[in-house]
Amino acid sequence: MNAFFAQHRDALHSALRRLLATPLGSVLSLMVIGVALALPAAGWVVLDNLRSVAGNVSGTQQLSVFMALEANARDVAEIESRLRAAQAGAWRFVAKDDALKHLQAGEGMREIVASLPKNPLPDAFVVEPDDTRPEALEQLAKSIADWPKVAHVQLDSAWVKRFDAFLRIGKLAIALLAALFGGALVIVTFNTIRLQILAQSAEIEIAKLIGATDAFIRRPYHYYGALQGAFGGLFAALLVSLGALWLAEPVGELVALYSGGFVVRGLTPTHVAALAAIGAALGWLGAQLSVAIHLRRVA
Amino acid sequence: MISASALCKRYPEGRQALADLSFAIGAGEMVFITGHSGAGKSTLFRLLAAIERPTSGSITINGQNLAALRKSAIPYLRRSFGLIFQDQKLLFDRSVLENVLLPLAIVGLPAKEAGRRARAALDKVGLGGRENAQPIALSGGEQQRLAIARAVVNRPAILLADEPTANLDSDSAAGIFDIFRAFHAVGVTLVIATHDEQSMARFPARVLRLEHGRLAGERP
Repeated sequence: MNAFFAQHRDALHSALRRLLATPLGSVLSLMVIGVALALPAAGWVVLDNLRSVAGNVSGTQQLSVFMALEANARDVAEIESRLRAAQAGAWRFVAKDDALKHLQAGEGMREIVASLPKNPLPDAFVVEPDDTRPEALEQLAKSIADWPKVAHVQLDSAWVKRFDAFLRIGKLAIALLAALFGGALVIVTFNTIRLQILAQSAEIEIAKLIGATDAFIRRPYHYYGALQGAFGGLFAALLVSLGALWLAEPVGELVALYSGGFVVRGLTPTHVAALAAIGAALGWLGAQLSVAIHLRRVA
Repeated sequence: MISASALCKRYPEGRQALADLSFAIGAGEMVFITGHSGAGKSTLFRLLAAIERPTSGSITINGQNLAALRKSAIPYLRRSFGLIFQDQKLLFDRSVLENVLLPLAIVGLPAKEAGRRARAALDKVGLGGRENAQPIALSGGEQQRLAIARAVVNRPAILLADEPTANLDSDSAAGIFDIFRAFHAVGVTLVIATHDEQSMARFPARVLRLEHGRLAGERP
């Protein structure tokens, strides 16, 4: 067991030595890998932030029930009793006068509202159904629409559905981008290892002649590929974090104009570790493909 | 310990390098394999070292038939004997000590013990104190001594050498054979492919003479 660990330790040292032996080449390779991983990672961060926005806005599914303009207090009471009987979930009544006051509070709206001959807004109910399945929501909206003096029922989750569809397309695009750039990382590592094997063919041949197994010869290359990928992943995390930091202020200013409280989320330590691990795994794969093909030719 | 039976080696282009070769070498023996250039000495060395496989016949080392050995088992077989090549096959980008440490790294010996053994091996071949030198800075004879140190550092029971003195002057060659004799004295089996008649004359040992890939004579 000691021999096993000693060989892995030696292989790791050997891989680190090779990385440090050509610092410029290593840094350039890391930057290429970092940029390749940063693009899908940045896309994922953007989608994650958009998902967070959608989550905040559509945390509760709502139905807006607008009464007819001529509806009176008795009609409103009738709808209240029907909502209670239907056990549709939580609901609140928004009187037309309160709605008008809310409208007046908006910037530049006071004068416009004052110029109106009468209140154009209807009484309304905001319903938060217990059952938020799309089909249940649509069924409830349909039945409420048939109740007396109900002018219109609006399912407020419709835009969320559209937004979700957009996010799904975004996720697919990011997955394709990740596959593309992940492939690029594998190819970069493959070629780096190929050049190393060719440069060290004499050493490989001698090692095999004096009893080295294939695993012994492959091990430093595996470590090299994994280290290069991991460092590339860390560089990608640095790029994405800097980007998120750079965008945080202008996005914050934009969101403030809409009275929002959204804050740009960057990468967490778990995400950074995941990027390094993905880089390491892809680097290892590139190294494995390269040694599998080229070692056979050398010895 | 080492035996060959009806050993044949024919290369794809049709050249018959060895034909119907049979011999046996006991434990602790020192044997010269000699013959003119092209007689089959190096081919036999490559078969004994499991670098190549025979076309037919069998070759057995320590009870293992090399012809039937799985490819994955060859590295472990090679660790049980030391190989010395005509061109030394040294790593010129590593120090003398690092060259000798390589076989010990392959078997995963702890660094402290490996360092101790490597220095002892260098002492045995007269290279003590040259640990940090680069092989390129050594003379031809010293490079061959370094190759011997690397071959013996794992304490093998068998040493196989292919023309170890081919590129050396007579003094250097004599020094190399002195080292071989010292290992033979402690029970190591030596099989040396050579056409160095002068050195063979100085060290009485069994001689297998090859001609055109066949055993043409034997001197006990």
